[in-house]
Amino acid sequence: MNSGDTAWVLVSTALVFFMVPGLALFYGGMTRRKNVLSTLMQCIIVVCLISVQWVLFGYTLAFGPDSGFGVLGNLDFICLRNVDFNPFNEYSKTIPHLAFMIFQCMFAIITPALVIGAFAERIKFSSFCIFSLLWATFVYDPIAHWIWGAGGWLKELGGLDFAGGMVVHGSSGFAALVVCLLIGKRIGYREQPFRPHNLPFTVLGAGMLWFGWFGFNGGSALEANGLAVNAFVSTNIAAAVAALTWAIWEWQKDGAPTMLGLITGIIAGLGAITPACGYVRPLAAIPIGILAGVFSFIAVTKVKARLGYDDSLDVFGVHGICGVWGSIATGLFAEKAINAAGANGFLFGNVKLLLIQGLYVVVVIAYAVAITWILYKFVDAFMGMRVEEKNEIVGLDLTQHHESAYTVVE
Amino acid sequence: MKYIVAIIQPHKLDEVMKTLEDVEVNLVTVSNVLGRGRQKGLTEVYRGAKEVGSLLKKIKLEIACNEDFMEPTIQAIIKGARTGEIGDGKIFVLDLYEVIRIRTGERGGKAIG
Repeated sequence: MNSGDTAWVLVSTALVFFMVPGLALFYGGMTRRKNVLSTLMQCIIVVCLISVQWVLFGYTLAFGPDSGFGVLGNLDFICLRNVDFNPFNEYSKTIPHLAFMIFQCMFAIITPALVIGAFAERIKFSSFCIFSLLWATFVYDPIAHWIWGAGGWLKELGGLDFAGGMVVHGSSGFAALVVCLLIGKRIGYREQPFRPHNLPFTVLGAGMLWFGWFGFNGGSALEANGLAVNAFVSTNIAAAVAALTWAIWEWQKDGAPTMLGLITGIIAGLGAITPACGYVRPLAAIPIGILAGVFSFIAVTKVKARLGYDDSLDVFGVHGICGVWGSIATGLFAEKAINAAGANGFLFGNVKLLLIQGLYVVVVIAYAVAITWILYKFVDAFMGMRVEEKNEIVGLDLTQHHESAYTVVE
Repeated sequence: MKYIVAIIQPHKLDEVMKTLEDVEVNLVTVSNVLGRGRQKGLTEVYRGAKEVGSLLKKIKLEIACNEDFMEPTIQAIIKGARTGEIGDGKIFVLDLYEVIRIRTGERGGKAIG
C-alpha cells in the first residue's frame, strides 16, 4: 500500500467527477434556452443513478473476476462484497480496492452522460433515466470488462486502452449515432437557426473537462509515478494541438476562428489521446492531436451536413470518431520504452498490436451499435423515447421539469 | 402630445442620453431589441453550420413629449445617434392621445414631464 498513490487516485477520482458538471455546462450552453435545464438535469441525474448502480452490481459486472469466456465479471464484488481497504492485486497493488472502485465509478458515470448530446432537446426524461441505466449495465459494463476486467478477453488478447478510448468515447459516440438516428431530427432542424444559447457556459464546461481530464488520464496510471506524468503531459499537448487544428482550419475556410470550434478541437484531442496517453511518448500527442482535429472537423462540418442526421451536440463526430482514432493511434505509436506493461506499435515494428486494436475497435462498435439499438427499441416500445410535439416546441425545461432557467421580468 | 420611438445603434445610447439631457428631455424608456433593416443581419457560424441573416442588436428609445419639445428631441437623437453609416436607425413620431401620471392621477400635458 502506498499513501502517495492512494492520494493521487482519490484526487483523480474527484477530477473525473468534476468533468460531469463540466460536461453538463458544455452541453447546456449549446442548447436553446428553453432546454438548458433539461440538459443539465440529465447529466447530473446520471451521476446519481450510476453511483448507485455501480456499487450494487455495475462494478462487479465490469471488474469482478471473470465468469468465463472473458465477457462479464462474476458476482464476487456484488454490493461491494470483498471490496475493502486492501488492494486487489489484479488491478493495483498499492491502493485500496475501494479507491479503485470509486475511481472507476466516475468513468461509468461519464460514459452514458456523453450520449446525452445526441438526443438533447427532445427526449422524455423518464425514458432517458431507464435507458441510461440499461445502457450502463448492458453496454458499458461488459465492454469495460473485456478490456480492463480481470480475465477480460480483449485484455488477454493484448488490446490496449489506457483510460477509455473505446470503452468511454468510442462506445458512447457510436451509441449516440444510433440514438440520434432512431429518435429523429429536432422539429425545424436545418429549416430554422439553432444557435447555442450561452457559449460562455460551453467554454466554462470545456475548461472543466480539460482540467478533469488530467485525472481521467493521469489517474489511470493508478500510481503517482512517471507514467502518470507521461499521461498528464501528452493529454495537455493533444488538447492544444487539436484545438489549434480546428482554429486554423476554420480561419482558412470561413474567415474567422470561432470559440465553439476551438473548444470542439480541445475535446477531440482529449478524446483521441485517452487510450494512448499511457503507452506513447508525449510528443506522439502532436500527430495524434492534429489528426483528431482533422477527423472530427470533417465528421462534424462535412459528414453530418452531407448525411443530415441530427447528432445535436456532435457526440459521434467528436467522441466516436476520436475514440476510434486514438485506439488505432495506440496501435501505431505505442512503445514498450514508455510502458513495459504495454506493447510496441506499428511504428516500432509490431504489426500485431495494430491488428488487435483494429479488432478491438470493430468489436466495440458492433456491440455498442447492436445493444444500443435493442435497448432503445425496448424502452421506446414501453414508454416512448421522444416527447410529444407540443412539449418539444414549448421546451423540455417547462414540460419535463416545470422550471425555467431564465426570467425575463423579476 | 407626441410619442417618439427611436431605434438606434447600441453603442450610441450614452451619447443620445447626453444630447437629450442637453435639451432637457429627461423622460425616456430604453429597451434592448432585435431588428433588421435593409442591410440584413450578419452571418454566424457554429461548428461549420452557417446561420444566415440573424437579427442585429438595437436599442429602442420611447419618449412622450409636448408639441414644443418634439423638434428638439428629434434633433437631439439625430445628433447623438448619427454615424453616417448604414444601420444608424430610425425615428418614428406618433400622436399621443392621453397621458396619466399613476401617482397623482394627473392627465394630459402636465402629467408628461
